[in-house]
Amino acid sequence: MYPGIENKSRFTKGADKYLLMIYAALVFIGWLAIYSSTYDALAEVRTFDLTDFYGRQLLWILVSAVVGVIILLIDSNIFQTYAGIIYIVCMGLILLVVFFGADINGAKSWIRIGSFTFQPIELAKFATALMLAKFFSQGKTSLERRTQWFFAFGLILIPAAIAILQKDTGSALVFFSFIILFYREGFNTGLILLGILAIFVFVITIKFNELYAIACLTVLLIVACVFNNGNTKKIIRNFVVYGSFVLFVFAVNFAYTQILQPHQRQRIDTIFGKSVDPKGADFNLNQSKIAIGSGGFVGKGYLHGTQTKLNFVPEQRTDFIFCSIGEEFGFLGSIILIGLYLTMVIRIIVLSEKARTDFTRIYGYGVASIIFFHLFINIGMTIGLIPVIGIPLPLISYGGSSMLGFTLLIFTFLKLSAEY
Amino acid sequence: MNPLFQQRKVIIILVMLLIMAVYVIRLFGLQVVDQTYKDRAAANAIREIMVTPPRGLIYDRNDSLIVANEVVYNLMAIPKNIQAFDTFDLCNILEIEKEELIKRLEKAKVYSPILPSIIEQQMSKEDYGYLQEKMHKFPGFYVESRILRSYPIPVAAHILGYIGEITEEQLKEETYYQLGDYIGISGIEKSYEEELRGQKGKRMVLVDVHNREQGSYKNGEEDVRAVPGENLWSTLDIALQEYGEKLMEGKKGSIVAIEPKTGEILCIVSSPSYDPNLLVGKSRSKNYSKLYTDSVNLPLFNRALKACYPPGSTFKLANGLIAEQEGVLTEYTIYSCGGGYSIGNHVIGCHHSGATNLVSGVQHSCNTYFCRAFYNTVSNHRYHSVQEGYQAWRNHITRLGFGQKFNTDLPYESKGIIPSVEYFNKKYKNHWNGNYIVSMGIGQGEVGATPLQMANLIAIIANKGYYYRPHVVRCIGDKQTPNMRYTQRMESGIESRYFNPVIEGMRLAVLHGTATGAKIDGITIAGKTGTAQNPHGADHSVFACFAPIEDPQIAVFVLVENGGWGASYACPIASLIIEYYLNREVKRTDLEQRMISTHFIKTNNKPTKTED
Repeated sequence: MYPGIENKSRFTKGADKYLLMIYAALVFIGWLAIYSSTYDALAEVRTFDLTDFYGRQLLWILVSAVVGVIILLIDSNIFQTYAGIIYIVCMGLILLVVFFGADINGAKSWIRIGSFTFQPIELAKFATALMLAKFFSQGKTSLERRTQWFFAFGLILIPAAIAILQKDTGSALVFFSFIILFYREGFNTGLILLGILAIFVFVITIKFNELYAIACLTVLLIVACVFNNGNTKKIIRNFVVYGSFVLFVFAVNFAYTQILQPHQRQRIDTIFGKSVDPKGADFNLNQSKIAIGSGGFVGKGYLHGTQTKLNFVPEQRTDFIFCSIGEEFGFLGSIILIGLYLTMVIRIIVLSEKARTDFTRIYGYGVASIIFFHLFINIGMTIGLIPVIGIPLPLISYGGSSMLGFTLLIFTFLKLSAEY
Repeated sequence: MNPLFQQRKVIIILVMLLIMAVYVIRLFGLQVVDQTYKDRAAANAIREIMVTPPRGLIYDRNDSLIVANEVVYNLMAIPKNIQAFDTFDLCNILEIEKEELIKRLEKAKVYSPILPSIIEQQMSKEDYGYLQEKMHKFPGFYVESRILRSYPIPVAAHILGYIGEITEEQLKEETYYQLGDYIGISGIEKSYEEELRGQKGKRMVLVDVHNREQGSYKNGEEDVRAVPGENLWSTLDIALQEYGEKLMEGKKGSIVAIEPKTGEILCIVSSPSYDPNLLVGKSRSKNYSKLYTDSVNLPLFNRALKACYPPGSTFKLANGLIAEQEGVLTEYTIYSCGGGYSIGNHVIGCHHSGATNLVSGVQHSCNTYFCRAFYNTVSNHRYHSVQEGYQAWRNHITRLGFGQKFNTDLPYESKGIIPSVEYFNKKYKNHWNGNYIVSMGIGQGEVGATPLQMANLIAIIANKGYYYRPHVVRCIGDKQTPNMRYTQRMESGIESRYFNPVIEGMRLAVLHGTATGAKIDGITIAGKTGTAQNPHGADHSVFACFAPIEDPQIAVFVLVENGGWGASYACPIASLIIEYYLNREVKRTDLEQRMISTHFIKTNNKPTKTED
């Protein structure tokens, strides 16, 4: 049915050829981008250097390739069988990091052995996806029962909480991307809409103030009550929801004004346009937009970027690597990259829907959720639509942990989806 | 399987597509629609660095370097960028105390935390080399090289001039310059500014977020190479200049020597002078104000160009020539001198008497003769009125270079004074005749001339009728392209035959007349003494001469303020100048010594360079 399925003798048998190709393309683009952003215009002759960023990344790519091949070779059943154990081990590992980990850039989320550093939280994403797949695919689970949802939320809240303990807010948010999976598995649409409403209320509270938020909520309440047409039960429910949202508004306001550190508040202010501080918190975002914006339609050409080479863009190899692509390959390069990601995510969803087992489907949605969420946050922040939240661009950002984590996620899905 | 929820995949995919569509629109806005980011990126990363080329050097007529460039190194610091460093190490290199270093850093911080301040000025090359190797240890510090002018032979300060930072007023007019640029302020530095400065270049460099240079932009494709300034060859004979300044030590006055055939100025001394090295580098402004406020000696005042003296008897030469040209006298015209020229009850005295012709009038500097000659010139029957007669004289004297600027390459010339007809009409209410102004005939009264104008008159006499505008630069550029600004031969309008009796008179003046002190064995000299009456004090000693008569090589004018008779100081000094220039050695060492050691004024304008 799919190309590649004929190659039964090869280890890639059944693995989706397109997905593999997109994976390879993204890894390649990522490496080129890292090479470019560490490119030193001053060096006359460039010797290949394994200690430089691009060299180290190449090593990680090779390690990931080996891991990928191993996954394709082993028996796919072990993922379902050991999902629980993998999950527990990973949770233990990230918890240990909270106490014994190395502190890099303010986040205590690293294991350091010599010059080698690793972020186990990347593995936790994979483990949680597996665990959720196992949890939801157990036939006896009655999805209509709320306790099951509480349990499912528990599974994502544990790593998210630990991530927050590691001061890694970005990764903590990633675990909430599994709500996409939940939605697919039947989670109440109303609750999701309420969640989205909560985000909007949050934004209004921060951007304007709590009174605006409450005013908006009141308008919504009146509209809802008119639609409910005198149904007392529903009107009471509306008021309960309204009341809890008003409490939420006050909570947010309290957290924003009292709990957040000034620099965190500044970050949030900046993204909401509340403050202009071109040399401070706004600087990074500004530089990121300048780099991308200066790329034009076709870009400045590979290795000809200026902003992403001269350290104007912060974290230009890691979280802001998209700037390098935007600057050197322009609008055309940017949409091709987004196109590749979207194709990958949609391909995973399509393959998941066609999967033989619930486990594969649910796991597939988990993978798609994580990749899409990373894409959504990472590109959104570089173009100033989302607050700056430090999470990597899948397969492209510099970093072995993330490379290995996404390789595990994708190759496991390739393996599972190949097992018809 | 949850077939119930299968349709949700469509919603999920649609929402994903929707979000990414928003991103693509945003990217389109950022990258394609909005052009400001491109400019901001360029402003971010590309710096235009001006490259100032080295200023041209100046040589004298014998290829001696007289204005050189000297590279000095300043240790700069930007207080904000300074991080913890080994103060002991830096103090060792700079050879200063730790307290001193801390004091300087504090001062820099007070001045500005983000702008560079000088921490150590004008380090030696050795210190600089040593420091350069260790620069990485001192973040926030850097070494800046500057090119300063230096004058290997510390003379001719007025002529060479000096450079200084451009003023804000100049900046408004001159688009070439930027704040902090150096520009010629006086002398050759000013009049040949465009040749000397060269053409600034620019370098486009990439800088990183910390404004550190990271390499050239587009491999230097858009760089503009700086064009070094042209070297100049001056007309000055720097040895002669030095000698002249030595002779004028302790005296106020001026020496101007011109090569008659070309109008090239061989030396131009204004005394008191100053060491041009004083107006260079860190002590410039201090020394400048010191020189500026010396109101007694006025060392910054260039007497040779700006001082307007009564020319005295040397002016008789011009009047004699004009009278000849106007036809009021010939070589053979004799006026008898009875010891003075009477105007009513007033007598312009004359220390000589007897029948006088033009030659002996010049030889003995006869006041009577030249008063009459001048009176006859302005009262010429050719003209209907004294006004017309005076105007005719004035036209001649102007063509001889008086009462006007030469517009030469020496800045700040004075025009001198030759009054207009209107001036006298106004002064005497239209009722005047030649006798009212007759003292002008002997270079007194309402006439004023600069030493340069007088020297030029001598050059005209030496050339028998023409001159080239006096100038101080002969060639421009390493190919020694002749300076084309002053190649126009200026005619005096006096026929050359009229010069012979005047020159003969000058020759006799040196041999048996008023100027015997100028005699040099083996050199024929034509000279004319003068004693310029000075209403403010003792008369000025004046002497004008050229030599050799057969083939004039040098025309000299000397004026020693308050020096008394022309014969007393001006004459021997001019003679020594000629001897030195033509023979390259001076045999009359006694005379030389006497001239050098005679001081009329106290010169306290020799502040040394080390003074701080």
